[in-house]
Amino acid sequence: MAEIVVKNVAKSFGAFQALHSIDLTIADQEFMVLLGASGCGKTTLLRIIAGLESPSQGEVWIGGRRVDQLPPRQRGISMVFQNYAVFPHLTVFENIAFGLRMKKLPQAEVRDRVERTAELMHIEQLLQRYSGQLSGGQRQRVAVARALAMEPDVILMDEPLSNLDALLRLEMRAELKGVLAGSKTTTIYVTHDQVEAMSLADRISVMNGGRIVQAASPVEVYRNPAARFVGSFIGNPPMNFIAATSDGDGRYRVAGLDLDGPAAAGPRLEFAIRPEDMTVAPGGLRAAVRVVEPLGAHTLVTCEVDGAVFRAVLDSDLRIAPGDELSLVPKPDRIRWFDPETSSAVPVAS
Amino acid sequence: MNNKSLPYLLLLPATLFLAVFFVYPFAQIAVQAFTAEQGFTLQHFDKMATNWKFWPSFWNTIILAAIVVPLQLVMALAMASIVAKLKTGRNSILYVFTIPLGLSDLAAGIIWLAIFEQSGFLSSMLVGLGVVDRPVLFLGYQNLWVIFIAVILAELWRATAIVMVILVSGMGLIPKEYYEAAEVFGAGPWKRFLKVTLPMLRPSLQTALILRTIAAFEVFAVVVALGGTSLPVLVGQTYDWQFNLRDSGGAAATALVILAISIAATLVFLRLLRTPRGATP
Ligand SMILES: Nc1ncnc2c1ncn2[C@@H]1O[C@H](COP(=O)(O)OP(=O)(O)O)[C@@H](O)[C@H]1O
Ligand SMILES: [Mg+2]
Repeated sequence: MAEIVVKNVAKSFGAFQALHSIDLTIADQEFMVLLGASGCGKTTLLRIIAGLESPSQGEVWIGGRRVDQLPPRQRGISMVFQNYAVFPHLTVFENIAFGLRMKKLPQAEVRDRVERTAELMHIEQLLQRYSGQLSGGQRQRVAVARALAMEPDVILMDEPLSNLDALLRLEMRAELKGVLAGSKTTTIYVTHDQVEAMSLADRISVMNGGRIVQAASPVEVYRNPAARFVGSFIGNPPMNFIAATSDGDGRYRVAGLDLDGPAAAGPRLEFAIRPEDMTVAPGGLRAAVRVVEPLGAHTLVTCEVDGAVFRAVLDSDLRIAPGDELSLVPKPDRIRWFDPETSSAVPVAS
Repeated sequence: MNNKSLPYLLLLPATLFLAVFFVYPFAQIAVQAFTAEQGFTLQHFDKMATNWKFWPSFWNTIILAAIVVPLQLVMALAMASIVAKLKTGRNSILYVFTIPLGLSDLAAGIIWLAIFEQSGFLSSMLVGLGVVDRPVLFLGYQNLWVIFIAVILAELWRATAIVMVILVSGMGLIPKEYYEAAEVFGAGPWKRFLKVTLPMLRPSLQTALILRTIAAFEVFAVVVALGGTSLPVLVGQTYDWQFNLRDSGGAAATALVILAISIAATLVFLRLLRTPRGATP
């Protein structure tokens, strides 16, 4: 049982505030991904949970125990480092055994656990090698095996796949998911790669500028972004936004179109729609096509609506050429609204 | 010009210099040690080994090195660990520690002589404090062990810093992530020192130990300053053969003995602290 609770944690480096009052609860055995652009504070938050960095304020609880004053080794965690940190002076076997030896487990159990995790990570034939004799992907496997061998309550991973080439990353991603699903650990996984986040996470915490903007399931984060930032950060291509003005009675004027919107909201909102949530039909947004990029099953069409860039992902059967004028009808249940002042989502009254 | 030959060409002056002023005299000494008028001979070594001061000087040299070098290593490791952790003032502290390095070994010997001699600081202080009634002769030939201790102290004071400087720079090269990994996987400060610092410091330890041990086998000026002729050492013997006994054959033979133990020590350290194949980052 290892629920992780982060309460009101902040961190400053001198005058620079890297984290602003973070509150986050990660359920036992949950796979939580911290997602955000480089420099938004993901690593700092992970290191505070690990105990490698101390918070300027706030509390960290793991498995019902307050741990923010404890050294990392007393927190029941293990960690996969971004650069792996596989000890160069030890063999793969001794690397995986490192934590077990520190725990003073009997030799037979050490060997047993090392062999078991090595097999799980498919590195059993590398046990006598040194890290200098391994490829990047193999080192990565050693780092994961070393973390798993501890049979920890919590595994923390900081961009573990970011140093691998694309193909290997795909392979390791699937493998990690399988391996971790089979273990009973709570996982926090840091990445800046939204595809990685989507494919691995039970829940994603989207971070921006030292704050958690939204913590929800991948589908929820994608479908119902809690803030404009989430919509623009997640999804490739990202969400489209158009300024909207109220016509009263919950009706909004969006680039010449009249649409149903939130009833109790201010005079100005932002209309948002994902590129794939539109159909070509009469009576829609008038879009001037600029660039057409066939992607196989779909075609990415970059157009101009209301003087701004607007993207649509359309069926590739449609014949569209630059210079065409399209009428794009948004699917009503996929339209989202944001408050331009606070950037947060405004729900349509239900 | 051909790019391949350029580096060799640039090294040529230094190589020539070494060949003329080091290899040539060395060869000369080696030849001298093994020849007499009638050709090849071991008589110089025989003469050297049967001199009554040879074995004492041999053992004194070895024992001094065997005490001084490990002490220096331990002290330098402790000092380097502390200095490497400093966030500010690290360079100033390094400068202070390295002051004795700027002194010649004779000067160092004389400074410690000023402390230990009959009219020196230590004696005067003990008199002043009333511990003894009259100045003590610490460095007399009857108290060989006091001379020994004084030489050890002087050597520690004089040459520990060089070991420390080498170790500090070596520690600076160990990535922080390895310490963090060790910490996460259960290693406390002492275990981190044993399991991360020491093994990853191997190349620096090797350099420092080889340098210091060879220098320790060449100890001379400090011993002369503090012990005169009461504490014979190998380099002192070489000096005696050359300048007092006017026998360059004996001097050459003794010099070769020093060379031999230096090479032996170097080989031992290279072997003991070698990095296994593949175990480099
Ligand atoms: N030790 C530090 N000293 C000063 N600033 C730091 C330190 N560590 C991180 N920062 C700053 O904090 C911010 C967040 O860093 P980090 O958590 O590493 O971001 P991320 O992992 O999301 O890329 C960055 O702007 C970074 O420059
Ligand atoms: Mg980071």
